Amino acid sequence: MAQFLNQMMFGWYPYLCLTVFLVGSWARFDREQYTWRTGSSQLLRRKQLMWGSNLFHVGILIIFMGHFVGLLTPIAIFDAIGIPHGFKQVMAIVVGGVAGLMCLVGISLLTHRRLTDVRIRKTSSFGDTAILLVLFAQLLLGLLTIFVSLGHLDGHEMVKFMNWAQGVLTLQVDSWKWLVDVHPIFKLHLVLGMTIFLVFPFTRLVHIWSAPVWYFGRQGYQVVRTRKQLNAAE
Amino acid sequence: MSHFLDRLTFFQRVKQPFSGGHGITTNEDRRWEDGYRKRWQHDKIVRSTHGANCTGSCSWKIYVKGGIVTWETQQTDYPRTRPDLPNHEPRGCPRGASYSWYLYSANRVKYPLVRSALVKLYREARRTMTPVAAWASIVRDPKKRDAYTTKRGHGGFVRADWNEVNEIIAAANAHTIKDHGPDRVVGFSPIPAMSMVSYAAGARYLSLLGGVCLSFYDWYCDLPPSSPQTWGEQTDVAESADWYNSGFLILWGSNVPQTRTPDAHFYTEARYRGAKSAVICPDYSEASKFADIWLSVKQGTDSALAMAMGHVILKQFHVDRKVDYFTDYVKRYTDMPMLVKLVRQDGRLVPDRFVRSSDIAGDLGETNNAEWKTLAFDAQSGELVAPLGSVGFRWGEKGKWNLEAKRSDGTGVDLMLSLADRQHELADVAFPYFGNIEHDHFVSSDHASVLERRMPVAKLASKDGEILVASVYDLFLANYGVDRGFGGANVAKSFDEDVPYTPAWAEKITGVPRDQIIQVAHEFALNAEKTNGRSMVIIGAAMNHWYHCDMNYRGVINMLVMCGCVGQSGGGWAHYVGQEKLRPQAGWAPVAFALDWGRPSRQQNGTSFFYAHSDQWRYETLDPKDILSPTAPAGPWDGALIDYNVRAERMGWLPSAPQLEINPLSIAAKAAAAGLEPKDYVAQGLTSGELKMSCEDPDNPKNWPRNLFVWRSNLLGSSGKGHEYFLKHLLGTSHGVLGKNLGEQGLAKPKEVRWHEQGAEGKLDLLVTLDFRMSTTCVYSDIVLPAATWYEKDDLNTSDMHPFIHPLGAAVDPIWESRTDWEIYKGLAKAFSEVAPEVLGVETDVVLAPIMHDSAGEIAQALDVKEWKKGETPAVPGRTMPSVAVVQRDYPNTYERFTSLGPLMENLGNGIKGIAWETKHEVEHLRQLNGVVLEEGPTKGLAKLNTAIDAAEAVLMMAPETNGEVAVRAWNSLSKTTGLEHAHLALPKEDEKIRFRDIVAQPRKIISAPTWSGLESEHVCYNAGYTNVHEFIPWRTLTGRQQLYQDHLWMRAFGEGLCVYRPPIDTRTVKPVIDKHPNGEKQVVLNFITPHQKWGIHSTYTDNLLMLTLSRGGPIVWISEIDAKAAGIVDNDWIEAYNSNGALTARAVVSQRVKQGMCLMYHAQEKIVNAPGSETTGRRGGIHNSVTRVVPKPTHMIGGYAQQAYGFNYYGTIGTNRDEFVIVRKIKKLDWLERPYDPAKQKTRGPLTSAAE
Repeated sequence: MAQFLNQMMFGWYPYLCLTVFLVGSWARFDREQYTWRTGSSQLLRRKQLMWGSNLFHVGILIIFMGHFVGLLTPIAIFDAIGIPHGFKQVMAIVVGGVAGLMCLVGISLLTHRRLTDVRIRKTSSFGDTAILLVLFAQLLLGLLTIFVSLGHLDGHEMVKFMNWAQGVLTLQVDSWKWLVDVHPIFKLHLVLGMTIFLVFPFTRLVHIWSAPVWYFGRQGYQVVRTRKQLNAAE
Repeated sequence: MSHFLDRLTFFQRVKQPFSGGHGITTNEDRRWEDGYRKRWQHDKIVRSTHGANCTGSCSWKIYVKGGIVTWETQQTDYPRTRPDLPNHEPRGCPRGASYSWYLYSANRVKYPLVRSALVKLYREARRTMTPVAAWASIVRDPKKRDAYTTKRGHGGFVRADWNEVNEIIAAANAHTIKDHGPDRVVGFSPIPAMSMVSYAAGARYLSLLGGVCLSFYDWYCDLPPSSPQTWGEQTDVAESADWYNSGFLILWGSNVPQTRTPDAHFYTEARYRGAKSAVICPDYSEASKFADIWLSVKQGTDSALAMAMGHVILKQFHVDRKVDYFTDYVKRYTDMPMLVKLVRQDGRLVPDRFVRSSDIAGDLGETNNAEWKTLAFDAQSGELVAPLGSVGFRWGEKGKWNLEAKRSDGTGVDLMLSLADRQHELADVAFPYFGNIEHDHFVSSDHASVLERRMPVAKLASKDGEILVASVYDLFLANYGVDRGFGGANVAKSFDEDVPYTPAWAEKITGVPRDQIIQVAHEFALNAEKTNGRSMVIIGAAMNHWYHCDMNYRGVINMLVMCGCVGQSGGGWAHYVGQEKLRPQAGWAPVAFALDWGRPSRQQNGTSFFYAHSDQWRYETLDPKDILSPTAPAGPWDGALIDYNVRAERMGWLPSAPQLEINPLSIAAKAAAAGLEPKDYVAQGLTSGELKMSCEDPDNPKNWPRNLFVWRSNLLGSSGKGHEYFLKHLLGTSHGVLGKNLGEQGLAKPKEVRWHEQGAEGKLDLLVTLDFRMSTTCVYSDIVLPAATWYEKDDLNTSDMHPFIHPLGAAVDPIWESRTDWEIYKGLAKAFSEVAPEVLGVETDVVLAPIMHDSAGEIAQALDVKEWKKGETPAVPGRTMPSVAVVQRDYPNTYERFTSLGPLMENLGNGIKGIAWETKHEVEHLRQLNGVVLEEGPTKGLAKLNTAIDAAEAVLMMAPETNGEVAVRAWNSLSKTTGLEHAHLALPKEDEKIRFRDIVAQPRKIISAPTWSGLESEHVCYNAGYTNVHEFIPWRTLTGRQQLYQDHLWMRAFGEGLCVYRPPIDTRTVKPVIDKHPNGEKQVVLNFITPHQKWGIHSTYTDNLLMLTLSRGGPIVWISEIDAKAAGIVDNDWIEAYNSNGALTARAVVSQRVKQGMCLMYHAQEKIVNAPGSETTGRRGGIHNSVTRVVPKPTHMIGGYAQQAYGFNYYGTIGTNRDEFVIVRKIKKLDWLERPYDPAKQKTRGPLTSAAE
């Protein structure tokens, strides 16, 4: 039974989540252009947003990048550069811990604001409030894993997650087996994390796709969009 | 194809830099822009306007997109004006521009709603009973009736379907008609001009039933009784374009930019052209900034200011220097040359009534109506003459009712103004003075109550021997205290003497510096002298809402008349308040009041009705003796105000509905059994006491109004003065009345009205409201019917502000289950026809009607007031008592009658204002245009009135204003009476017929008709009195002229024969409650003023979200900085204002705009939006009328006397409310009353704290 659960949650569930995440985002982008937005409540109340939003976003972006690089960089590359697993584990704990605390302060402010301000509460959809609480829970779970990780600073547990994640993306059917014996708190963190991908297309999180990173490479301050034929050669 | 895939164009992207790389041109997808482009795209534009509460009458473009009304903008296609005049447009204001919000708002009434307690009872009863029996079983059982009537205003509506509510209403109507009489079915709807067909729908239904239509203009207190008194016409005013022709504009209590926004541009343009302007109002209003000079008058003392200005004008332009134009004007167009009898009373000479031909031996050769012909001296021959034009010439003879300077035999006359110009003697004549009455909040002077002034008088041989007479001119000048060199007391040689009515005197009372008074008066008159009368006064409701409003108005009218301004382009009296000229009135009235099926219809003056039936009379604090003149003739001037009203009803002066204690359907049979004509039966029955009039016992269940329809109106959220009394007595639900009635206070009770120790509570069996929004009135109703909005129906609309007629258009069909008013009442007629045969068939109804103005009967009681009730005169229907008419009602065919134009139009013809014409040709045209009824039955072959457009076509076809052929016929008919040719005014437009589709295409200018006293032409703007002055058509008054002396006994008794200053009355509502309900906060007592507001009323209401967002989002009261400081109130504090009438809650707006001692509460702020509970009453909010109570005035009840005869919305008591004071204080503990409804506590009223415990 436990085996089946593990296989289902870490073998199959990731594909369900990724499929819904990608196809759902596409469908929403094509069908519901006007809903493709952050749903900011800044107009209703500026208070708590300056600190709350910035701390939250800076924190979560660092965490996201940490997870992304940490999980998906092939182990061979770490080894080639010469970063020991233990060092990586400690880095993850320190950087993730600091960013996690920033994020925690931020999301606490945002949650308080969303739940207690009458106008914001009235104008919030179920999804707006729910995703905030889910993120809150996921963040707490993530912070709790630090205490577990302190028990194996050599990084061997971390390697399991890297193997699993890379296995999932490279379509290795058995990658779920890497996680059979990890601490349950990690499992919870993983399942909730995948669930966030699952609900992603149905929430305001879609604004992540449209993060205006292109601005960094933009040429020119004034953009003129024209219907005229432009000559590429010029 | 796909937003996502289409972006995957990495190899096609081109970027062209420009400006050295600071900008780039790209070929990115631009479809996202369509979102913004579509925001302003639409499928169609439909012409409509805003149709119940605004005089603006502005044509609007209604934009429709995907079947949804999206927004509106101003139409700009009005017909052009002549070259020297600015165009009318753009017309419209922010209130109108926000209207489309209502259609899809949460406050929209979407389905028929019914009180659940009621519908449960009805469904239960209907299981075993027929509809009428089911209804009867509910209302005859007090317990069942209480089950829903006591819950009014406490929620509990459920959705019902149309068939069911129609059946309930029809059953209630049928039961009421059968059990009590059709005159117990009552309807209230205001201002037909704004959506004529919608008004007509309800009025037609009621009139076919024999129900009662209540007047509104008087009830709103927008009717200035001074206008009928002076001109025999109700509010005839210049169109706003005529302001442009003026050289001197006074804005007196009118806030043009705020309340007449679409017309304000003419004011600006007149200023650009060079007109000078003075603004007179207590607060620094938006109009004040337009002024060259702003006179900040103490509120309520306007007549003192007007009298002082009149004093200046008379002295400078009539006495010290005579201006030919002025002298000639007053001689020809006013009653100033007419002779008034002087009688000796308490040793003093007092002006009595006008001398009549009948006073002179041989009736001065006048064989027809000698009692109704007034006399003057001819200046050339010195002879006594009866000049043409007085009302006696109007009826019973032809060709002599005109203002040519002639007498009966055709010889010319030159009337003498002052008797000083002939053999005379000087005598001291007594004038009443009221300015010495003390008032806690107004300045009084210490002059005597009777002021004697010396003036020329003459002796005259009458049938009763030698009498003394004086001319109105001499009386008028003496009344103003102008020194003419005759000596004697109480006249002023200089403006600085403190004698009534000098500028120095007025300075103390009004607070306006004397030099400002002198300057404005002088310039006003000087301009009139130089321009032949182009001085104008634009006047607002502000002055008409005072108890003694007639003095305010007559003071102003006097100024205009003495300067020859009335009836001249750019001159005259411009009262723009709530009347909204119903231009095609003659075509509309037959449709609205079902005059095509039966005449007369039942009409009742609203103020007297509500005063009696909301039992406000039981709390009356004003004793008629308080307002009686010190020079009053002998007479029984005792009793209470309602006693005067009852006397007026008995004498046929005012209408009276419900009329008799017995069912009017039962009278004809009783008369037949007694072998009498119904009218004789009624007269005899009343005299013997066998029949009783309902007005003598309004609390008796036999006399209650039982069913009330309210449509196009917010009676309980806006116009219902004495709101809490309405709730208590008319509705019988929880209320906030704080004071005690006369019985509880041990005060004198009325004499003519039966007093019940326990006043009636809950008179109405059924209150039905039609509205598109859940207004305060809806909240208190038993059944709410979802009406179409102004963008969902076809209708007609006119205004007094401009000469165009234009439509309301259905931009979209009525949404959800709403229906147009026409369809709703048509549906009710259908349901009624189906339900009624259970108890009703063809019935004979006996209708009592008052003596009507503009009918031959208006000259009923010439010389004296005699009561049949007291045995002073026999009861003669139509002369000394109401007229009695018999009307056949075919109840089972109500629907058939509703939907076809009845035969009386062809058989009896049509007419208006005393002018009659036949209308066969028009009816024939309507048959062809609307089609005829093909079904077998009583209406086969008649023209159809099936749809609202059919009804509109009938109105347009039959009205002279919209059918040139009818106009010519009407002018020709008038010519027979005047003996002068008038048809030239309409002949150029004889072939013009304005149809509904014409005005849909573009607003159309109406055709000049004798209905109105102004012309629509290429030469002049519409200006009231123009045809009187230029066509010599008499004013419809006793003297046929502008009547400045009012000689009716009651006018003299109450001191208003001539205009005088009268301070506001003491309503005695503060003392009984002050310090009785302390909450620990400081308080201040303020005059309660309820002006038109900025964020509502005109074109839209206060619950409109856009308007709420622009203002404070809920009820507000403006107070001055000084008063706020005294009461410890800061801006935006929650405050409570209360007196013995009730309490209201609002936020305070503390502003330097407001004068100390008064507070402003814009009227009609709903209690359904952001209104907390009152600490004093324990009830939610209160509306502005929670602290008011109506006080009627005896002089407004006069009837049977030429211009002072009743007309619907023409004359009658008015609902004044500005003399009221309130206690204002901060709310200590704010309570939103968000608790479940507790029936046990709803009857007990009390402070919040105990209610909450």
